[in-house]
Amino acid sequence: MSTVKPNYTRPLDVKNGRVEMSHGSGGRAMAQLISELFAAEFDNEYLAQGNDGALLPQASGRLVMSCDSHVVSPLFFAGGDIGCLSVHGTINDVAMMGAQPLYLSASFILEEGFPLADLKRIVESMAKASREAGVPIVTGDTKVVEQGKGDGVFITTTGLGVVREGVHLSGNLACPGDKILLSGSIGDHGMAILSQRENLSFDAPIVSDTAALHGLVATMLDSGAQLRVLRDPTRGGLATTLNEIAKQSGVGMMLHESAIAVNPHVAAACEFLGLDPLYVANEGKLIAICAQKDAQRLLEAMRIHPLAREASIIGEVMQDAHGFVQMTTRLGGCRMVDWLAGEQLPRIC
Amino acid sequence: MSRQGMKYVDEFRDAELAKNIAANIARETDPTRTYRLMEFCGGHTHVISRYGLADLLPANLRMIHGPGCPVCVLPVGRVDQAIRLAREQDVILCTYADTMRVPASGHVTLMRAKAGGADVRMIYSTQDALKIARAYPDREVVFLAIGFETTAPPTAVAIQQASAEEMKNFSILCDHVLTPAAMHAILAEENGVALDGFVGPAHVSTVIGSKPYEPFADVYRKPVVIAGFEPLDVMQAILLLVRQINDGRAEVENEFTRAVTREGNLKAQALLAEVFELRDVFEWRGLGSVPNSALRLRPKYAAFDAELKFDVDYVAVPDNKACECAAILRGQKSPQQCKIFGTVCTPDNPVGSCMVSSEGACAAHYSYGRFREVA
Repeated sequence: MSTVKPNYTRPLDVKNGRVEMSHGSGGRAMAQLISELFAAEFDNEYLAQGNDGALLPQASGRLVMSCDSHVVSPLFFAGGDIGCLSVHGTINDVAMMGAQPLYLSASFILEEGFPLADLKRIVESMAKASREAGVPIVTGDTKVVEQGKGDGVFITTTGLGVVREGVHLSGNLACPGDKILLSGSIGDHGMAILSQRENLSFDAPIVSDTAALHGLVATMLDSGAQLRVLRDPTRGGLATTLNEIAKQSGVGMMLHESAIAVNPHVAAACEFLGLDPLYVANEGKLIAICAQKDAQRLLEAMRIHPLAREASIIGEVMQDAHGFVQMTTRLGGCRMVDWLAGEQLPRIC
Repeated sequence: MSRQGMKYVDEFRDAELAKNIAANIARETDPTRTYRLMEFCGGHTHVISRYGLADLLPANLRMIHGPGCPVCVLPVGRVDQAIRLAREQDVILCTYADTMRVPASGHVTLMRAKAGGADVRMIYSTQDALKIARAYPDREVVFLAIGFETTAPPTAVAIQQASAEEMKNFSILCDHVLTPAAMHAILAEENGVALDGFVGPAHVSTVIGSKPYEPFADVYRKPVVIAGFEPLDVMQAILLLVRQINDGRAEVENEFTRAVTREGNLKAQALLAEVFELRDVFEWRGLGSVPNSALRLRPKYAAFDAELKFDVDYVAVPDNKACECAAILRGQKSPQQCKIFGTVCTPDNPVGSCMVSSEGACAAHYSYGRFREVA
């Protein structure tokens, strides 16, 4: 009698196995990777449809769509990894439009030879972030490139969300007199990454602030404050994001250095490396610009939320045809806070 | 910024103290005269701009930016050498970050050479360059060594280590330059910039001490006050300079006593003397050829001298004609007096070296101070 077990497939060797070209070939190996790793972790009714795309229920309201590619190095860092970062990053982009994020897609570019154990950790982290945020990953894609043609794993996520009635946020709506609010300390993500880079290893208890901000945004919208702009200061940091808004709105800004929070470890690491925290990336902070009359109310609403306990009013929008962002320094002088020039820290997200 | 506190730093950024010093400067300056003070170091230029210290100083006291910015004084020909090595000799070229963006001949930078396939690596310390050399024993690794007396000692350590390990694939392009020689060049120049005193270097002085500045006080009758790199250091040094000028004194004073002694760091000086010797002459951007102003490796370390090891002779190349970096580095022009400042030449697309590093006079003014012209 034959000993062949016709319905048995040897499971993926997640412990010792590596990504092979066949995992992206469209054949049985790819199907196995998807079902045993991605589908098992992301598990939801839309993904379970098993089709080329996810068929989603009708949504009511204006749709927001945003996508974000993630190439961070190292893949694992204090406070997170490329997996949760790729979920938070896109949820935040959707949320900054004032939308409730509903669905995510995830596209993976894997490098041949990448350990499956690392991939599993990343996928588990994505699944956890997506569950906690209540935003399922409903569709995805996997491609494999030859060794040396990638750097472990790149992840692109797309998010879809719905904007509630009456909400209209845009970078071109800042008006002279408006107040600028910041949800917490700056520079944590960038310095967490940098402190772990191979050629820069120094021991600093700095943890990435990577977090999904849609809950905070909902709280802010519920406060009834007249919000005009929301944006998350990721690459280029607070300085660059404010310059973008100033340019879009055709206004200037005056910030107050003493109102901008910096974790002392981040400040010390920046000092050591000659970096300005104003230009260092964040992944769990937001900037809000709102009408002056509502600023205090908005601030109080934000401070109740765990992700914005340290929120503060950091400055005002002013009339300025040059679109300059300026800052009163701690020493009582004034300086410009310019766009980031060149590349301060490559591959931060 | 609001912090729980960064010990040994926050004390030197105290707003109340700054106000007090500013009030003293305002009270003690003589309104019937001007005070023209040069901060030699780019580090001071950066601090003055970043903290907006100009707003705390009276109108008749002017800070003139000096040439103490390592990448600013590097002439085009020196960057060309590094680019040629990386492109033509297939070496791994290591250097400090800002150097990567200095424009060389034909609008090429080390960054652009890298994008074009050359193996150029940004490092934070000479130890990283040694690590790379150990990791790639089959490749030639060249470190483009730039900077004043502050960055020269780590280069010397790397050379001694490479020598002890008998490394065959490590060498340096030695472009280290000397501070006092540059100060001499500025003061000795006919029709040079009119100066009433110097804010003396911070980190450089920790190595060389305050003694080498004494001739500037004794011979040239210019007061020198050595200052740390914190805003209160600079304010205090300015106050001390104002007092010397008012009294008609010309002395070397040391505001940075927490780190600088008259003799300096003797161990570092011995290290430099063991590894380096003086070049007879070295071309600086802005200052031109300055005798005894730069270092090269001693003959015993010739095996680590990339200029001897490879076929990369130094070829002097004139600066871009429209660029005023030379006059700016001599203190004769301010950045905004350059025709291409802020238009053709910006930190994103620098034409001259002063627009590259945040310590450069042009980059500092563009990034922190250009609102003043339109205010």
